Amino acid sequence: MATVTASSGDATGARRGWYKRNEIALTPWLFLIPGILFFAVYVIIPIFQSVWISFHEWDGLGTMEWVGTANYERLLTDDRKFDVSFWNNVRWLFLYLLAIPAGLFIALFLNQTVFGIRLYKSLFFFPFVISQVVVGLVFSWFYLPREGLLNALLAVFGMGPVNILGDPNLATYGIIAAGLWPQTAYCMILYLTGLNAVDPEQVEAARLDGAKGWKMLWYVILPQLKPATFIAFVVTIIGALRSFDLISVMTNGGPFGSTRVLSFYMFEESLSEFGFRMGYGAAIAVVLFFLMLFFIAYFLYSMWRDEKGAR
Amino acid sequence: MNRTLKASVLGVAALGLMSTSALALEGTLRIISDMSNPAPRAVMEGLAAEFDEMHPDLTVELEIVDREAWKTQIRNALSANPPDVVNWYAANRMLPYVNAGLFMDVSDLWDEPEFAALASTEGAMTIDGKQWGVPYTYYQWGVYYREDIFNELGLSEPATWEEELANCQAILDSGRKCYTIGTKFLWTAGGWFDYINSRTNGYDFHIALARGEVEWTDPRVRQTFENWRQLIDMGAFIDDHQTYSWQEALPFILEGEATAYLMGNFAVAAMRDGGLDDSMLDFYQFPVINPNVDFAEDAPTDTFHIASGAQNVEAAKEFLRFVTSPDVQTRINGGDALGQLPVNANSSVADDEFIQQGFEMLSNNAGGGIMQFFDRDFPAEMASVGMEGLQEFMVFPDNLDDILERLEDARQRIYE
Repeated sequence: MATVTASSGDATGARRGWYKRNEIALTPWLFLIPGILFFAVYVIIPIFQSVWISFHEWDGLGTMEWVGTANYERLLTDDRKFDVSFWNNVRWLFLYLLAIPAGLFIALFLNQTVFGIRLYKSLFFFPFVISQVVVGLVFSWFYLPREGLLNALLAVFGMGPVNILGDPNLATYGIIAAGLWPQTAYCMILYLTGLNAVDPEQVEAARLDGAKGWKMLWYVILPQLKPATFIAFVVTIIGALRSFDLISVMTNGGPFGSTRVLSFYMFEESLSEFGFRMGYGAAIAVVLFFLMLFFIAYFLYSMWRDEKGAR
Repeated sequence: MNRTLKASVLGVAALGLMSTSALALEGTLRIISDMSNPAPRAVMEGLAAEFDEMHPDLTVELEIVDREAWKTQIRNALSANPPDVVNWYAANRMLPYVNAGLFMDVSDLWDEPEFAALASTEGAMTIDGKQWGVPYTYYQWGVYYREDIFNELGLSEPATWEEELANCQAILDSGRKCYTIGTKFLWTAGGWFDYINSRTNGYDFHIALARGEVEWTDPRVRQTFENWRQLIDMGAFIDDHQTYSWQEALPFILEGEATAYLMGNFAVAAMRDGGLDDSMLDFYQFPVINPNVDFAEDAPTDTFHIASGAQNVEAAKEFLRFVTSPDVQTRINGGDALGQLPVNANSSVADDEFIQQGFEMLSNNAGGGIMQFFDRDFPAEMASVGMEGLQEFMVFPDNLDDILERLEDARQRIYE
């Protein structure tokens, strides 16, 4: 009994010795292993699979047929649906950024101590909590051509009825406006936490120097909000590029496909009711992936630069 | 409910005597069904329970999936852990699954003498000379209209295109719209195209177009759109229809703002629920446009199939025999169940004004042929591109040239 304990103790002792020597280097990896595994299986490997599929013609069921870059050639040369989707994505990208100044404005407005401010804050934050599907439904009722609240409001000012979601020139903007509602709330909450971290001494000092209003905001507050702005920028860009649910709920890509974006087009081609073109869908996904990668690389780069600067 | 139960028990007894006593089925029969609306759901659950009761050693496992969701789920369901029996649709809609080898060839069932009674749909179930499933119901399309408004304006059911246009003008003059329609999900526009094209150029031309044998820029296709445009230019359709689903377009006819609806018979239940009784609602066959072509009618067929990966093939085949037998078809298509048409020629048709009229029309007045519907006759991809073009045409008829060129491009690529 005693010898057994001793020998096993020796063995663990040796192992512990090796582990002890490398503990600092190893421990983080041990913690990371489950995450890395899942990330590889569900994110990294599928990315390569998508690229692989995008060089094939495949209906998702039968055998895959190698077609080289034919999918990309069609996509980039004569596919009108792709053009529409791409430019709609660009519209989303720019207009969605309005959520950042809007969120900042509301955050500044709510960053005061009056009775019931927590309630107001929660009310402003509310749209971010509810599901995008609900947001989409609420806004499509709001836009309804006859019964909708929007047209009732317009009628008060004597303006004619508009059918925003039925007009190919307006529908995308209508959906973006709906998307801005929850996104503004998200940016607002980021700025509210940012404002908590603003150094009161600096504000005090600036006030002594006679700064107030716009100057105070621009030269004193905003620089301190830079981390919040950065995060707001990241989530808004990513949010704009992956817009999908609102489009699906509000217009289903219509009228006549004028509200498609890349992610919706990919879904239509490969997974929807009439979609049997996995290869083509994958090619769209790859294009969208590189578009996102461009932004993500920029974000990572600027984060790395900041980290380096801080060190 | 009690009545249904009694009927089921009688049905079980009758069937037990007829065919199934010889077979002792065992194990589990897994069915995935898309009959998710309240009435069809009750029918499907009844069928499963009944079949389960008929075969003491067999357990029937039924899973009901939302009808719209099933359209995207069926591929996964059939390829990973396939059930024994599934619901789907006839004609081109089943082509991808047949080509991928996911549906089982059931030609041997169709060789049995009982299946002669289903001959009317054999064509829609046949690909490469084999049959890939069985039909359980079909329903007619036609123009449902407000009889009371027609009476008020002194109009009668139109038989020709001229009468149709004259009626429509009278309706417009009374401050109403002629037709309600909701094209948000596109397929409703396909119904209008099916009818105007088949009335203008005939069934054979329509099917040739569906098979990709005719150019979309063909003058005959243009003629179809020109006829359609007569209605659009008059303002016959409700405004903003691209924003509504077919259900959201119903209030227009319920409230009398629009007078007619070109739809499948499934809309009758919704209109009755909306307060239209049979004195206010009636039905007519889409009128003649070109007197030289015979009537062709849209009558989509809904079907059951056996997955090629089915575990319990014997039980699955027996289930298909069960759902196609005359008395089961009579019961499930009855006015208190699906309210549609039985496919089996030996079944009786429910005593309902619209089902009777539809049956009469399809049996005696559809000499041109039976179309399955735009999104089932055309290949999936052509259907989706096509219906988007049809919707655009209904809103901006001036874009026709551009739309037709786009469809022609798609045709050349898809049917290559």
